[in-house]
Amino acid sequence: MFERIRYMLRKEFIQVLRDPHMNLTLFLTPVMQLLIYGYAVSTDIRNVQMAVMDLDNSPASRELVSRFEGSGYFNLVEHVDSEDRCREMLDLGQAQMVLRMNSGFGATIAAGRTASLQALLDGTDSNAAGIILSYTSTIVGDFSADLLERRERRLLGTGGGIRGPAERVASVELRTRAWFNDNLESRNFFVPGTVVHLVTLSALVLTSMAIVREKEIGTMEQILVMPITPLEFILGKTLPFVIIGLADVALITSVGWFWFGVPLRGSVALLFVSALVYLLTPLGAGLVISVISRTQQQASMSVFFFYFPAFLLSGFVFPIDSMPLPVQYVTYVNPVRYALVIVRGIFLKGVGLETLWPQMLILAGMGVVSIAVASKRFRKTLT
Amino acid sequence: MKSLFNDIRIIRTRAVARKEFIHVVRDPFSLGMAIGMPIMMLVLFGYALTLDVDNVPLAVWDQSNTVHSRDFIAQFSGSRYFSLRKRAGSYAELVRAIDTREALVAVVVARDFGELIAARRPAPVQVIVDGSDANTATIAIGYAQAVSRGWSERVRLHDSRRIGAAEVNQPLDLRPRVWFNEELESKNFIIPGLISVIMMVIAGLLTSLTIAGEWERGTMEQLVSTPVKGTELIVGKLVPYFAVGMLDVLLTVLMSEFIFHVPLRGSVVLLFVSAAIFMIGMLGIGILISTQYHSQLLASQLAILVTFLPAFLLSGFMFSVVNMPAVVQWVSYLVPARYFVTVIRGIYLKGVGLEVLWLDVALLTAFSALVMALAIVKFKKKLA
Repeated sequence: MFERIRYMLRKEFIQVLRDPHMNLTLFLTPVMQLLIYGYAVSTDIRNVQMAVMDLDNSPASRELVSRFEGSGYFNLVEHVDSEDRCREMLDLGQAQMVLRMNSGFGATIAAGRTASLQALLDGTDSNAAGIILSYTSTIVGDFSADLLERRERRLLGTGGGIRGPAERVASVELRTRAWFNDNLESRNFFVPGTVVHLVTLSALVLTSMAIVREKEIGTMEQILVMPITPLEFILGKTLPFVIIGLADVALITSVGWFWFGVPLRGSVALLFVSALVYLLTPLGAGLVISVISRTQQQASMSVFFFYFPAFLLSGFVFPIDSMPLPVQYVTYVNPVRYALVIVRGIFLKGVGLETLWPQMLILAGMGVVSIAVASKRFRKTLT
Repeated sequence: MKSLFNDIRIIRTRAVARKEFIHVVRDPFSLGMAIGMPIMMLVLFGYALTLDVDNVPLAVWDQSNTVHSRDFIAQFSGSRYFSLRKRAGSYAELVRAIDTREALVAVVVARDFGELIAARRPAPVQVIVDGSDANTATIAIGYAQAVSRGWSERVRLHDSRRIGAAEVNQPLDLRPRVWFNEELESKNFIIPGLISVIMMVIAGLLTSLTIAGEWERGTMEQLVSTPVKGTELIVGKLVPYFAVGMLDVLLTVLMSEFIFHVPLRGSVVLLFVSAAIFMIGMLGIGILISTQYHSQLLASQLAILVTFLPAFLLSGFMFSVVNMPAVVQWVSYLVPARYFVTVIRGIYLKGVGLEVLWLDVALLTAFSALVMALAIVKFKKKLA
């Protein structure tokens, strides 16, 4: 039996690797996708385009503007002096935020009253807008707190009150530290996820397309007349893609590490073992798809139709905690979700089986069920 | 007009189109997918997916355990942005909570917090954030700062009133106003851009599969042996996919309007016209890919890489391009989907028309015309 499997493997490998275009697809496209995800995908908000309409031009307003410029998050692109230009900049997307201070701003503050200022935000990108608003509130809030301190010191310094001249203001100082990803580079979050994504895609696409191709071209009948059992056929068709999948894991991890500097703090061996366990599920799914599809076009569309939501609902980009509750329950049956927890845990947190065993167990279970169901359906079509 | 329709070229094109339509209709599977795809995507992006962050799981370690510290922590647990999951009693417990993702944020209140606040001196509080998800982490930090600031201000206000000093006003009052998407609903932001992603899948993927499929099965040679010329063949083949694509656009627009209530403020006509232009360009790319690669597997992989991925990542559909590193922004200028997304968003959210969008529309038209011409030329060469 093993000899027959070996022959099938050899045939499959020769077929897959003979085509130079195929080699490109197998190895170049994952790397290219990795590069794209690594560089392009970023939810970091920096270089916010900002415009200022300062009708007051007092020391206070100028100081506030310079705080924005000095924050490192904002680029002051223009000083605006008309409503129309304000509107135009937002319409054209030339500014994401416009800060407006009316004349009398500085005088109101000096008089001890509350001065209002307006921030106009381009809400089309609501995520960025939310973050930009948070930056703006922080800068304004810090400036306000400083003004308040100065004000109180002035008041208290002139006598009266229980407190002495020294500043005695209640304040909480937040010291923030981000674990696992000190600079909050979203890349460190996405790259490990990309490993899972690309491996899954390869397993799904290659398996289903390879088998359906034979059906479509007509060589399936030729294989069936060979003295090969269904199990050997399945193994022969899926093993090459397991191997290619693991090779992809190695490739992408290396590129991620050497090129992007994404830390790999956990055990490499555990990474490969998890990849192997995880791969069972998409391979089984690929087999099922190959059974229900007559043409490669159908197979390709099916893969896309089922994988795309799985990918999006896995926590790769969109946090699961923010999803509506019913959807969160659905994600519990999504194998990609567990694979991501494992891979991110190994890469960024450096944890091992002692923390990740629940996910591994679930993945192993899913994999076994997937392959079992797939082979049963597959055998029915072969016999 | 009459003589135009009787032109032999139109007749041949129509024949190919009819054949192609029959193919598409006879394959209910693919047709179902083509229609089901936009519905699935709309449901996902309109309902399930959001980058908004709420209910961040929180762990706290209150080492001070005084009135002040409990009040401070209550500010967090009472906020809609945080969901208090664990009260830890040790550092190890905090670490465990973050490692197992029970909490994404941990707040540590030091032992002397109560005394420092009572003495009106700055009291440090440590906030630890799981940085793996940088987006959520950044937002969560913002929330923590806002909550903390709110609490400090409350204490100060309380103090000033107690001393009887003249009410010390907050110097600054920030009034934010959000334009175009007032409630900062991410679906208003995402759904218009979704149309472009859907079109890429239909146009790019489906087309490349179809034509590469014909090469692979050998039926392309049969077609070539007929008197049908190259241009007629291409146009005829693309007509049904163009129809399916525009049907998808219609479906998406209708669903956005009636199910998701995404406001459409601009011109519907401009929307469909630019969609049609964009579609033609995408179909052209599909043909180009399939003239080079006669294997469906390769063609589809390449189509995804060249059309879908850039559209998904670099068009501004999901991820804000203007905030990306400069190099990446340069590359995004080459992605046609970027211009289309700008046009669509402009029409939907800003309600602007050609007077603002003319450049993007012009670039789209130029791109589509160029790609189509190139595709036809290469295809004819392959046939010869």
